[in-house]
Amino acid sequence: MKHESIETNSGLLIVLTLIVISIGGLVEIVPLYFIDDTVETVKVDGVDTIRPYTPLELRGRDIYQREGCYTCHSQMIRPFRDEALRYGHYSLAAESQFDHPFQWGSKRTGPDLARVGGKYSNDWHVRHLVAPRSMVPESIMPNYPWLLDTPLRYKDIENRMRALKMVGVPYSETEAEYNANVERFGKEVADMLDINYATENLVKQAQTGNYDLDNTDITEMDALVAYLQVLGTMVDFKQFDEGYFATFR
Amino acid sequence: MAAASASAGEQYNYDIVRKFTVMALVWGVLGMLAGVYIASELAWPILNLDNPALTFGRLRPVHTTLVIFGFGGSALFATSYYVVQRTCQTRLFSDGLANFTFWGWQLSVGLAAISYMAGYTQAREYAEMVWPIDLLIAVTWVAYLVVYVVTLTRRSQPHIYVANWFFIAFILATALLHIFNNMAVPVSFFSLESYSLHAGVQDAMTQWWYGHNAVGFFLTAAFLGMMYYFVPKQAGRPVYSYRLSIIHFWALIFLYMWVGGHHLHWTALPDWTSTLAATFSILLLLPSWGGMINGIMTLSGAWDKLRTDPVIRFMVVSLSFYGMSTFEGPLMSLKSVNALSHYTDWTIGHVHSGALGWVAMVSFGSLYHLVPRLWETTMYSVRAIYLHFWLATIGIVLYISAMWVSGIGQGLMLRAFDEYGNLAYNFIETVSFLHKPYVIRAFGGALFVTGIIIMGWNVVMTIRKGRREAAEIEARIAAKMAAAS
Repeated sequence: MKHESIETNSGLLIVLTLIVISIGGLVEIVPLYFIDDTVETVKVDGVDTIRPYTPLELRGRDIYQREGCYTCHSQMIRPFRDEALRYGHYSLAAESQFDHPFQWGSKRTGPDLARVGGKYSNDWHVRHLVAPRSMVPESIMPNYPWLLDTPLRYKDIENRMRALKMVGVPYSETEAEYNANVERFGKEVADMLDINYATENLVKQAQTGNYDLDNTDITEMDALVAYLQVLGTMVDFKQFDEGYFATFR
Repeated sequence: MAAASASAGEQYNYDIVRKFTVMALVWGVLGMLAGVYIASELAWPILNLDNPALTFGRLRPVHTTLVIFGFGGSALFATSYYVVQRTCQTRLFSDGLANFTFWGWQLSVGLAAISYMAGYTQAREYAEMVWPIDLLIAVTWVAYLVVYVVTLTRRSQPHIYVANWFFIAFILATALLHIFNNMAVPVSFFSLESYSLHAGVQDAMTQWWYGHNAVGFFLTAAFLGMMYYFVPKQAGRPVYSYRLSIIHFWALIFLYMWVGGHHLHWTALPDWTSTLAATFSILLLLPSWGGMINGIMTLSGAWDKLRTDPVIRFMVVSLSFYGMSTFEGPLMSLKSVNALSHYTDWTIGHVHSGALGWVAMVSFGSLYHLVPRLWETTMYSVRAIYLHFWLATIGIVLYISAMWVSGIGQGLMLRAFDEYGNLAYNFIETVSFLHKPYVIRAFGGALFVTGIIIMGWNVVMTIRKGRREAAEIEARIAAKMAAAS
């Protein structure tokens, strides 16, 4: 076939172009859904240790996205010696399996946050978010004082969890779903994933967690700090043999 | 004269081209000003002003959306509508539908910018628009496809000119990428927020399949379409090699779709995917340089025009930057280089050598070619075009050199160990090191934006000049008619 026949036929040009541009995505993306080793199995005593976010953490994650934190912070530690020393064990695919959307980021104007959970106190995070330069004088991060003054909106928390359930996050609504979660994550976690108790769970976690150092109200700061404090804490790498996670790569 | 111009106006729909041309400059000025502002925020964080709408995290998508989709998108609509009419020698299909694409596109870009500042985002790079805006874009894009393809089928030439292949590939690929990357479930029917269909590693791969092809098709294939019309026109020479254009067209659109994974080297993406992406990224050097060589060689033989024609200068520099950044890209997609460059400003510098050096410069050249023809006059000031050229070129060089220093410098500092085997620097020490390059980058960006503001002024004066001249001709005709009767 001469190229001239394509150049003189717009229908043929369109069809051939569509075929040519579809191949790359089909070969590279579709198998990621079907190759089992793509996402690691992370079980301790038969229980999944990586769980979906609690209602409060989920709202914190929404705020993390809203403020565009991903434009300066990654959540993806690479398997290098300097990153291991600075941030910890390299990130697993399993650790972002419930992240809709993923927040791996592409730029580190600030440090990686994949394992920031538990690294600093709640008090440090609150002060740092309100005025980063009060904690780190050379920081170039913006101040986020309004997080402490803005009450957290959580009226639609059930809708949020339902939307996530539709895209595959195992939040439960029925008895059967709840029981499946008990089996998969244990009872304590399953209780937090129950959409029927979402508001109750959110309020309780904010009050007992004392994230923004003020128990009288629930602010956006409570949610964001709760989210930051859980990042990277769900896998206890001491529980796994050395080299176990390398078998998935 | 008057009769000839009236018939040109009837033969072709220039009105839609004029509208998109003006908006390209409006979004260009606003988007690049936003860029200089966020660059300054990184140098002087006090500029965040404790105002949520003005923080770096919310303004950065405003900058990228306004320059890519506002400036780049409007320039592409303008030039593709012009090129398809000229090369098919037929009028654009449906004035109404073409106008719909104009308003749909402007509304999408404007609403996107406002919504980010208000805190509504999908948090996916270059696809931050919330779902209702995504739907508006999808409808607009389908209308664009219809206008373009129907015009193409009405051509009075048997052949479809090479520029149109690139525009068609760009329209089809953008539709495919936009739809698959933005699939999401809204929180509720009345909520602007949504959660993406994919998660984690699959979501990352889908996003960068989209993200890199926003570069590959939106910012490359389409601008090659622009190049294939305006470079030969301005040089007054035919395209250097027809055979090369065929080979590099098919190779380019095939290979680009594979390379997104190089944004995810050393991450939790499986090695087989990122290795494939790296391999295809290296292969991509060939068709990229095919286009660059075809453009440069078309200009060859018209080198004397460099002295007299500032528009040719924009085109030569844009093709040179295209060649440079498509060499740098494959280099950075090597896993060993990427280990250093990823997460640093080197990536930002690379993007801007492509976006400012190639995309913006070829757009400026094409628009300087287009504006006098659309308003039937000559450019108001040729000296202002020279000034724009030098401001833009010096601005880019300062910008990307600063980013090489900060990117490679920070990359080296982060992996440095002292004599005892401990990390030589903590993170914040590398941030302090970035301050000077950030100041120079902001200054380079300010030069570039000064250039486009001068262009905006020059175009406004040209439009006024064109209208004045048209009015004078009308008046003279009216006087003659009056005298005759």
